[in-house]
Amino acid sequence: MMTLEMLNLSIAMPEIFLLVLACTVLVVDVYLKDERRNVTYVLSQFGLIITLILISQQNPQSREIAFNGLFVNDLLATVLKYAVVLLVAVVFVYSRRYLQDRNIFKGEFYVLGLFGLLGMMVMISSNHFLSMYLGLELLSLSLYAMVAFNRENPNAAEAAMKYFILGAIASGMLLYGMSMVYGMTGSLNIVEVAVALDKIEGNNIVLIFGLVFMVIGLAFKLGAVPFHMWIPDVYHGSPTAVTSYIASAPKVAGFAMIIRLLAESMGSFQTDWQGMFIIMAVLSMIVGNVIAIAQTNLKRLLAYSTISHVGFIMLGLLAGNQEGYSAAMFYTLTYALTSLGAFGVIILLARKGFEAENIDDFKGLNQRSPWFAFMMLIIVFSMAGVPPTVGFWAKLAVLKAVVNIDMLWLALVAVFFSIIGIFYYLRIVKIMYFDDALDKSDINCTRDMQIALSANGLSVLLLGLYPAALMSICIAAFS
Amino acid sequence: MFADWPLLSLLVWLPIVGGVAVLLSGDKGGSEGSRRLALIISVATFVLSLGLYTNFDSATSAMQFEERFEWIGDFNIYYHLGVDGISMPLIILTTFTTILVILAGWEVIQKRASQYMAAFLIMEGLMIGVFSALDSMFFYVFWEAMLIPMFVIIGVWGGPNRVYATIKFFIYTFFGSVFMLVAMIYMYYQSGSFAILDMHNLNLGMTEQTLIFFAFLAAFAVKVPMWPVHTWLPDAHVEAPTGGSVILAAIMLKIGGYGFIRFALPITPDASMSYDWLIIAMSLIAIVYIGFVALVQSDMKKLVAYSSIAHMGFVTLGLFSVFQILNNPANVDITGAVLAIEGAMVQMISHGFISGAMFLMIGVLYDRMHSREIADYGGVVNTMPVFAAFAVFFAMSNAGLPGTSGFVGEFMVILAVFKANFWIAFLAAITLILGAAYTLWMVKRVFYGEVTNENVKALKDLNQRELLIMSILAVSILALGLYPAPLVDVMHASVDNLLQHITQSKLP
Repeated sequence: MMTLEMLNLSIAMPEIFLLVLACTVLVVDVYLKDERRNVTYVLSQFGLIITLILISQQNPQSREIAFNGLFVNDLLATVLKYAVVLLVAVVFVYSRRYLQDRNIFKGEFYVLGLFGLLGMMVMISSNHFLSMYLGLELLSLSLYAMVAFNRENPNAAEAAMKYFILGAIASGMLLYGMSMVYGMTGSLNIVEVAVALDKIEGNNIVLIFGLVFMVIGLAFKLGAVPFHMWIPDVYHGSPTAVTSYIASAPKVAGFAMIIRLLAESMGSFQTDWQGMFIIMAVLSMIVGNVIAIAQTNLKRLLAYSTISHVGFIMLGLLAGNQEGYSAAMFYTLTYALTSLGAFGVIILLARKGFEAENIDDFKGLNQRSPWFAFMMLIIVFSMAGVPPTVGFWAKLAVLKAVVNIDMLWLALVAVFFSIIGIFYYLRIVKIMYFDDALDKSDINCTRDMQIALSANGLSVLLLGLYPAALMSICIAAFS
Repeated sequence: MFADWPLLSLLVWLPIVGGVAVLLSGDKGGSEGSRRLALIISVATFVLSLGLYTNFDSATSAMQFEERFEWIGDFNIYYHLGVDGISMPLIILTTFTTILVILAGWEVIQKRASQYMAAFLIMEGLMIGVFSALDSMFFYVFWEAMLIPMFVIIGVWGGPNRVYATIKFFIYTFFGSVFMLVAMIYMYYQSGSFAILDMHNLNLGMTEQTLIFFAFLAAFAVKVPMWPVHTWLPDAHVEAPTGGSVILAAIMLKIGGYGFIRFALPITPDASMSYDWLIIAMSLIAIVYIGFVALVQSDMKKLVAYSSIAHMGFVTLGLFSVFQILNNPANVDITGAVLAIEGAMVQMISHGFISGAMFLMIGVLYDRMHSREIADYGGVVNTMPVFAAFAVFFAMSNAGLPGTSGFVGEFMVILAVFKANFWIAFLAAITLILGAAYTLWMVKRVFYGEVTNENVKALKDLNQRELLIMSILAVSILALGLYPAPLVDVMHASVDNLLQHITQSKLP
C-alpha cells in the first residue's frame, strides 16, 4: 500500500519546486508584453537560487530513497545537482543579451531550459531504469526544441532534426537494452538489478546484449566515437546560447547516468563494459583531437574537442573503481565549467547580426580586451591540460586512475593524443594574442555578463591552484 | 639576514604576484611606472635570493630552507620547497638574469611594455619554482606553466616568423614532458608518494628503470636541448626578442640539465649506466657536429643558438661520463666523477652568464640596425669602440679563454672525461678550437675591417643602461673564471650525495 511516508516527498523538494517554477514561468510569460520579458528572466534566476537553497537543505551524508525506490538522494546526487543548477544559471546570464540581439528573447527559452534542468536532476537522482529514462527524455525533448529555437535559421532546423532522429534512435537502443536486463533480472530498480546480477554466473548472452545496447545508448548521449556524429552539427547549428547550455550541464547529467546505470547496477559486468569503453575512449581521443585540427569554426572545433574530452572521461570511468569514478567526476565537473566559459567568450564577442563563431573572429582579442583574452587563455590552456589550470588536475586524476589499474599503455595513448590536441588549442591562443585585430570594434556587454564570465574564467584558474577541496568532494561521493 | 623568512616561497611568489601587479598597472599613460615597478621587484627578488647564499650551509647535502604543506591531500601532493647545493646557484642565476632582461627591454620594448615585463617576472617565479620544488607534481606544475609566458613572449614580441617558432617550441617541450608525467604517476604507485626524495630511494627493476629513463630523457633532452631534438632552439632564439633569448639560453636550457641531475641520474642509475653511451654519443655529436653547423651560420643569433647547443653538450657529457669514470679501473677514488658533475654544473652557470651576454650583445646591435645578418655589419669597432671591447671579451669567454668562466667548466669536464676515455675527451676538446673558430670569425666579420656601409657609420656607442648591463656581466664572467671556488664549494656536499645515489644500484 502506498503511503505518504513511502513517497518521502521531502528529499525531492528541489525537483518539485523546479517543476512548479517551470510551470509558473510558462504561465506568467504568456501575460507579459515583449518589452517586459525581463520578468521571465528574473523569475527564472530567482527560482534557481531557491532551488539551490532547497538542495542545500538536503542531508547529503545519508542515502535516502523516495517514490518507492524510483528516486535516490546521496552525496553524489547533491554535488551534481549543485553543479547543474549553477551551470544553467550561468548559461541564463550569458544568453540574455545574445537572445535580445536576435529577437529570440522569449519565455520558451527559459521554460525549456528549466524543464531540461529538471530532467537532468531526475537523471542524477534516479534509482530506477524508468525514472532514468523519464529524466533523459525530459532533457532530450527540451534540448531538441531549444536547438530549433531560432526558427528563421535553417542550420538550426537541420541540427535539431539530426539531433532528434539520432537522439530518438539512441533512446530506443537504451530502452531496448534496459528491457533485456529487465527480462533477465525481473527488476528495473537499480539496486535490485545489481543484487540480481551478482547472482548470475557464467556468460549470459542476453544480458551481454542488453549491456551492449545500453552502452550504445549512453555513448550516443555522451557523444563518444563512433556515436559522435551529431555533436559537431548540433554545436554548430544551435544558437550559441543553446550550445553553451548543451555543452555544459547535460554532460554532468550524462556522467550521472553512466554511474547509475553502469557502475551502480551493472557493476558485476564491469569487465564487459570496460572493453567497450576502452575502444570508444581511444577512438574518441583520436577522432576528436585529429579532426579538430582542421576546423575553422570555433563551435565545431569545440565540438570535436568535447569528443576528445569525453574520451578522457571514459578513461576514468573504465577504471571501474572509486579512484576512477571520482577522477571522471572531477573531470566532468571541471570540463563543464571550462566549456561553459569558452562558449561564454563566443557569446561575449557576438553582437547583433554577427556570430563571432569563426576562429578568425578572435583575431587580436588581446588588443580589444586584454582581460577577456586572458580569460580565454586560461580556458584554452585548461582544455589542453596545461598547469596551473584545473584541466591539468583533471587529466592527472584520470591518468592516475588508469595507471593504477595497470593500463599504462592507455595512459600513454591518452597523453600522446593530448600532444596532438595542444596544437589546435595553441592556435586559438595564437590568434588572440599574436594576430592583429581585423575587427576593432569595442566589446560592450552587460555588467552581469562581465562578472559571470570573469568568475567563470578565474574559477578555472583558482581550482587549478587549489583543486584539493573539489577533489576530496569527488572522492567522498564514491566512498 | 632573512634567516627565518620563508625565503623560497617569497622567491617564488614575489615575482609572480609582482608580475600580476605590473600587468594591472597597464600601459595607459606611459609604461614608465610599469618598468620601474618591474625593476624594483626583480632587484628585490635578487636581493632575497642572496639570502639563500649567505645562509646556506655547504657542509650538508640535506635540503635546506625546506617548506612543506599539504596541498592536495587526496593525491598526496605537497607544497614542498627546498634547495641544495645544486639548485641554489641556479636560483641565483635566475634572479640575476631577470634583472638584466628587464633592463635590456627598458627602451626597446614599446609595444605593451607592462605585459612584457609581467611575463618575465611571472616566468622568473615559475623557474625558481622548478628549481626549488621537491614534490614531483609541484615540479611538474611549474615546469609546464613556464611554457605559457615563454609562448606569449616569443609570439607577441618576436620576429617575423614568430608564430611558427613559438608553436614549435611549445609542442616540442610539451611532447617531452607528458611522458615524464606518466613516469611520475607510475613511480607514485611504486613509492606511495610524489616526493622527489622518496623517488630517489625507490627500487625499480631494469625494465621499469629503462622506460622511466627514456621518459625523463624525452623531457630533459628536449629542454637541454640535445641533438637530434634541438631543432626548436635555433628557431625560437632567432624569433624571440632579446630578453626571451637570454632567458631561454641562460636558464631554460639549464632546467633540462637540472632535470637530469635531480631525476634521471639518482632515480634510474642502472638504466643511466647502461645507456650512458647513448647520451655520450648524443653529447659528442652536439659538441662536434653542431659546432660545425654554427660555423656556417650567417645569422648571429642562430650562430649563438647553435653554440649554446654545443656548450650544453658539455653538461650532458659531464653528467653521463661518471659511469665510465667510475668503471675505469685506473681510477681509485671518485674524485674524477665529482669533477665531472661539478664541471657540468659550473658549465651550466657559466653558460648562463656567457650566453646571456652574447644575446644581449646581439640585442644591442639589433636595436640599432634591425638586422642580425653578419653580412650587414663590418667595422663596428670604428663607431662603437667601447661596445666592441665588451663584445670581444664575451666572444673570448664563449670560446673558452682561460681566465673567463667559460674555460673553467669546459676544462673540468674535459679533465674528468680524460679519466674515462681518451678519445671522448679528445673529441670534446675539439670544441675549444671550433668554438674559437666560429665565435671569433663572427667577431672578425662584424667588428673589424673597414666600415662597410652607411648604417654602420651612423651607429652610436653604448648608452649608460647598456654599459651597466655589459659591465655587470663582464665582471661576473671574469670573477667566476678567476675564482670559481665559492660556487664549487656550495655544491660539493650535494654532488657527493648525488654520486652516492648514482653508484648505488637501485635494482631490487
